[in-house]
Amino acid sequence: MPKDHGIGASPKRREDVRFLTGAGNYTDDINVHGQAYVHFLRSDLAHGKINSIDTSTAEGMPGVVRIFTGADFEGVGGLPCGWQVTDKHGEVMKEPAHPVLAQGKVRHVGDPIAAVVADSLEQARTAAEAIVLDIEELPAVVDMGKALESGATKVHDDLSDNLCYDWQFGTDTETTDAAFKSAAHVTTLELVNNRLVANPMEPRVAVGDYSRAGDDYTLYTTSQNPHVIRLLMGAFVLGIPEHKLRVVAPDVGGGFGTKIFHYAEEAFCTFAAKACNRPVKWTSTRSEAFMSDAHGRDHVTKIELALDKDNNFLAVRTDTKANMGAYLSTFSSSVPTWLHGTLMAGNYKTPAVQVNVKAVFTNTVPVDAYRGAGRPEATFQLERVIDMAARELGVDPIALRRQNFITQFPYATPVAVEYDTGDYEATMAKMEELMDIGGFAARRKASEAKGMLRGLGVNCFIEACGIAPSNLVGQLGARAGLYDAATVRVNATGSISVMVGAHSHGQGHETVFPQVVAEMLGIDESMIDIVHGDTSKIPFGMGTYGSRSLAVCGSAMVRATEKIINKAKKIAGHLLEASDSDIELKDGMFSVAGTDKSVAWGDVTLAAYVPHNYPLEDIEPGLEETAFYDPANFTYPAGAYACEVELDPETGKVTIEKFVSADDFGNVVNPMIVEGQVHGGIAQGIGQALLENCAYDENGQLLSASYMDYAMPRADDIPHMASYVVDHSCQTPCTHNPLGVKGCGEAGAIGSPPTVVNAVIDALHSGGHTHVSHIDMPVSPSRVWAAMNGQ
Amino acid sequence: MTKVTMTVNGKTVSGEVKGNTLLTEFLREDLRLTGTHVGCDTSQCGACVVHVNGEAVKSCTMFAAEADGAEVKTVEGMANADGSLSVIQQAFQDYHGLQCGFCTPGMVMSAAALLKDNPKPTEAEVRDYLEGNICRCTGYHNIVRAIMAASGQDVPAVAAE
Repeated sequence: MPKDHGIGASPKRREDVRFLTGAGNYTDDINVHGQAYVHFLRSDLAHGKINSIDTSTAEGMPGVVRIFTGADFEGVGGLPCGWQVTDKHGEVMKEPAHPVLAQGKVRHVGDPIAAVVADSLEQARTAAEAIVLDIEELPAVVDMGKALESGATKVHDDLSDNLCYDWQFGTDTETTDAAFKSAAHVTTLELVNNRLVANPMEPRVAVGDYSRAGDDYTLYTTSQNPHVIRLLMGAFVLGIPEHKLRVVAPDVGGGFGTKIFHYAEEAFCTFAAKACNRPVKWTSTRSEAFMSDAHGRDHVTKIELALDKDNNFLAVRTDTKANMGAYLSTFSSSVPTWLHGTLMAGNYKTPAVQVNVKAVFTNTVPVDAYRGAGRPEATFQLERVIDMAARELGVDPIALRRQNFITQFPYATPVAVEYDTGDYEATMAKMEELMDIGGFAARRKASEAKGMLRGLGVNCFIEACGIAPSNLVGQLGARAGLYDAATVRVNATGSISVMVGAHSHGQGHETVFPQVVAEMLGIDESMIDIVHGDTSKIPFGMGTYGSRSLAVCGSAMVRATEKIINKAKKIAGHLLEASDSDIELKDGMFSVAGTDKSVAWGDVTLAAYVPHNYPLEDIEPGLEETAFYDPANFTYPAGAYACEVELDPETGKVTIEKFVSADDFGNVVNPMIVEGQVHGGIAQGIGQALLENCAYDENGQLLSASYMDYAMPRADDIPHMASYVVDHSCQTPCTHNPLGVKGCGEAGAIGSPPTVVNAVIDALHSGGHTHVSHIDMPVSPSRVWAAMNGQ
Repeated sequence: MTKVTMTVNGKTVSGEVKGNTLLTEFLREDLRLTGTHVGCDTSQCGACVVHVNGEAVKSCTMFAAEADGAEVKTVEGMANADGSLSVIQQAFQDYHGLQCGFCTPGMVMSAAALLKDNPKPTEAEVRDYLEGNICRCTGYHNIVRAIMAASGQDVPAVAAE
């Protein structure tokens, strides 16, 4: 029987009632009395020199409160980058200024030039049209290869070139070269990991408010991590001390990474609220989101895999160019390096792994973390090249993977991380069982009878989640700690508020976190509420990304609850006239071991707040504890994915007919929510593989800036329920956090893109198109058709 | 400015609107019915779907003035009279058909319109009908299950076929 409460149960989400009845409180639903509205005038050129901005006519237009340009932000800090990468020569990365509003130059389509604050949004928009810009168009650098050529136009004039850093990591060159020289076979693949836009359905919003009475600020914003925004914006941009700045991220409509970062619009609304002495609100349109939300992926990679005569992996070597866009977004520099290079060993015991990454500035929107962040890029390269090697060698791709699996744990990879636990054979076997691999030949035959080609794609993946051990990431260049925090406040009658640093923007923390505390205390989940998203209420935690909420913040919550239990046992011991070491807690009752003496949870909590009969000489009254938790290691979820596609040789259209994921997330607190996370991740992975592409032309014009041009996955792009299984029954608990959890938020998006592409190549080969070794994503009908026809 | 009067969730409401005021703006800004969401500016995401005279309409594509005299229903008007969740809303909760909740009002309103016209849709019909509603969180799987369940169909049996 599945559990009906506590850890391992799937209670209905308590968030749902407000969302299903229209009672959610998203940032755009917040209106502050007297607010003005801001419209940003954004660059329609990819690159240009600002000669002049004439706002004189616009300033006199109806409703205009004030117009700001870059000149108003002279002396104000720029948007900071949170991770300083050191390159292979020991030099720190180039870090250009990132002003709130453009100064001197515009560097991408969407770069904000001026901000019009007016009584109404319509008045702000109308006035913006009256601003006269004199911007001299400059040649744009869009292609990373061209951006790195000597003499290329520079995105930042004060830098020597467009190379942000040239990073090398893992096995040394001599050892790697020797492995390749000794190889019986080398497979080489060049590929593109396509640029994507995260597209949470709620566009970004910021409302800045300032009180002269207290000289303090409030920012309401669509953020995954309000404390990070408070720190970055307060300390690095606007110079506001933390106690004068409150950041609230209320209900947030999806994030997927793109709402981690500190954006110019947040700083602007906060700054302008004081400058105008009025609250200032900005609501992004979707078109604006496409040109101002940080983009994701955009890597160009050459990967080589060396194998010995028995098909054992000897070495992996990669050479990647990673697009940074025009400025360094908050965590941009860490994505192609520490979130990517460290995963290049995959699930395999390859002795030599060397990763080379050049990060490049271009005249495009900044690129940063998007669901998976670096790990999908690593997985895609590795699992594609392994599949290609299997095909070249004529061996079974599953057997080739199996033969090279890591089987002993802990395992230290050549790329700095140590996998604590895993069982890659178990997830592979589970995938094979659920996929009915044995029945594939018959299904292919049935497809062929309809004139369709059918392909089977399989792959494994591993990711590093539960981000992250502070001392390790500090050595690697992080400018922040990556612990998290929780405060457990037990009230007098025994109900509990848990204030957490993690932020829920779809993950269901309000449901899941109480399951853990309820299990530990043996009380009903309905007695526990989670408070998140408001820096004035929650302890200093780092927020939600990198599949970290339960592994890191949940661990802090466990530690704080343990402190509660320890203190409550002391109180119970006093009430029961026994030593606290003899007190046991079970089902919400404290009892003296081996006796029938007991006292209920509620009596103990009441005693803590009404301490008439209480050991005041030993312990303080009250029952509230905070814990900060810094993980000892990353967590390493892993899995095996498979899909079958049908490919129409007449049109090149690919349809996913069957999909199976077999994940190992360690322990699972709420299976329903875990499965939902995987469904969402796989849909985004299918989107990347078949549909989505953020496209620029050679002049840096953004071609895909709306849902008419950017293909979001729809309901009919996802396999039907009869042929779609997400499984998480293989569980090797994490060995270093108290819950044994590994994180599940990103797995689907990491594991699924190579699954789909491997299946497409398999389908093409089955149809005799053996000259097609790779098709870049998105594998659109036109790309498939062109590849089939040798174009 | 034009005066408009309409019935919204069973109540008669009036307001002064400009000729270019969208129905979604009237609902959100004037009536403060913020359950109806705006997720795009090209009428594609479907977060703003409401019912106008019983038909599903993207309220970002309709002027408030066009709804003068109409009967409008938003997600705020979907619960049962006693405040409990309607069958469709309850199915979304039971089948975990929502995560961040932002697309959810539009999904619920579209689902209600589908089931009114097609009380027992096939899975393919559900997926096809949702062409105009984008969800980024759920991967649609649980939304489809919720709508099938709300129509009274045995979801595990459908999945086993």
